[in-house]
Amino acid sequence: MSGPAFGYCRAADAGDALIQGARPGAAFLAGGTDLMQLWKMGVATPDRVVDISRLPLSAVTADGSRLSIGALARLSDVAAHPLVSRDYPLIAQAILAGASGQIRNMATVGGNLLQRTRCPYFRTEDLACNKRMAGSGCGALAGQNRQSALFGASAACVATHVSDLAVALMALDARVEILGLGGPRRLGLSGFYRLPGDTPERETNLASGELITGVSVDSGDRFATRSTYLKVRDRASFEFAVVSVAAALQLEDGVIVDARLAAGGVAPMPWRLVRGEAALIGRRPDAPAFAAAGALAVEGAKPLAHNGFKIELLRRAVIRALETVTAQTAAAQTIGGDA
Amino acid sequence: MSDDGRIALSLTLNGQPLEVDVAPCDTLLDLLRDQLGLTGTKKGCDMGACGACTVLANGRRIKSCLALAAAYDGEAIITIEGIGTLEHPHPLQAAFIRHDALQCGYCTPGQILSGIALLEDKPRALAAISEGMSGNLCRCGAYPNIVAAIAELAGL
Repeated sequence: MSGPAFGYCRAADAGDALIQGARPGAAFLAGGTDLMQLWKMGVATPDRVVDISRLPLSAVTADGSRLSIGALARLSDVAAHPLVSRDYPLIAQAILAGASGQIRNMATVGGNLLQRTRCPYFRTEDLACNKRMAGSGCGALAGQNRQSALFGASAACVATHVSDLAVALMALDARVEILGLGGPRRLGLSGFYRLPGDTPERETNLASGELITGVSVDSGDRFATRSTYLKVRDRASFEFAVVSVAAALQLEDGVIVDARLAAGGVAPMPWRLVRGEAALIGRRPDAPAFAAAGALAVEGAKPLAHNGFKIELLRRAVIRALETVTAQTAAAQTIGGDA
Repeated sequence: MSDDGRIALSLTLNGQPLEVDVAPCDTLLDLLRDQLGLTGTKKGCDMGACGACTVLANGRRIKSCLALAAAYDGEAIITIEGIGTLEHPHPLQAAFIRHDALQCGYCTPGQILSGIALLEDKPRALAAISEGMSGNLCRCGAYPNIVAAIAELAGL
């Protein structure tokens, strides 16, 4: 199984990558785990791949309270990095909840953020999909839509974003560092992704030929002892989320002063549950507060024929994630920590 | 790159230096099997899901079906052919035999390479072995015996 032949070149440096990547038909190759699948399925048909995997963009560094992760850092290296596992366990957990050991050794942070949906209509060449072929229709809308979106979808596309890492990064207000021929720029993750609207083929606000150089998170380490990534899936490992929740709390004097909730598997992008967050601020981390957050988290969900079960699943996942976070806090206090 | 578009690679394959040229869209798996005749590495799903194609690249386990060969220039690749012999099998190969950790054997080369890499991470519980091996499917269902073979070498 393979797609049409393509050419190959290795970028000498970031500037060279931008020049090579600006050519029509060019596609950046980093870990290749998604691009190679899409090529074999006939979904991606690059004329030439520009191998960026050896560019020096794989460092994980902390500068004051800012964590920076290079776009070409391999997922397994990020999860195992002491800065991440100690101060950003939410990121490590989300990474380790995804894919398999082999894939995590290959896949990069930038590629993970850009991975395409697993909607079967997108990944099957002869089915209707506006994202793959504009104007062909959305097969999932009236077809098999168990995994489709509850939020943010359109009449043109109901596909979900499937990255686990992106859900954790969304909860932590991460920013995406971008390099183009005009210079560097930075986008918040929520402004990086686009909702499908009438143009589901455009999933991000990256311009053609622009390169992700890294992601950064400011002050996320204050959630280090009070965060969790809960992934609900159809089998225990190596499976995409049916629903996932990243939850993080900051407490002062037993009261929630900051709360972060983001969900995966329910929208065309990692989905911040802002109303659920708001319901937690100023309250004690107890069952009534969590129930309120869960109820507000699912407000506005628009189910299709087969995915309505995900509304209740998401509500419960939010509550369970918050319970897990609180239990961590209690455990840390028991062993004498200052959490 | 040559005029016909083929790309010259220098690899270390199972400990031996190797110069070879590939087409730009050749996968590492196709290079190993079709061009170099090393058919111990198996093609299962060819989509990164089954793990039959697992090899080590610079000591790390990867799925060679999703690896573009040209991107691995200069790397050290280890396949099932490079880890042991009939007379002197790799300790994990011997453990697979002791634990009857295969039936048809098709997934076994990938399981062994994946298991060797997992052992480097020093798994401390059976559950960590099961989770760590989730990238390798066995349609005969030899999972309990595969886990047991790896667990023995992990000292569990």
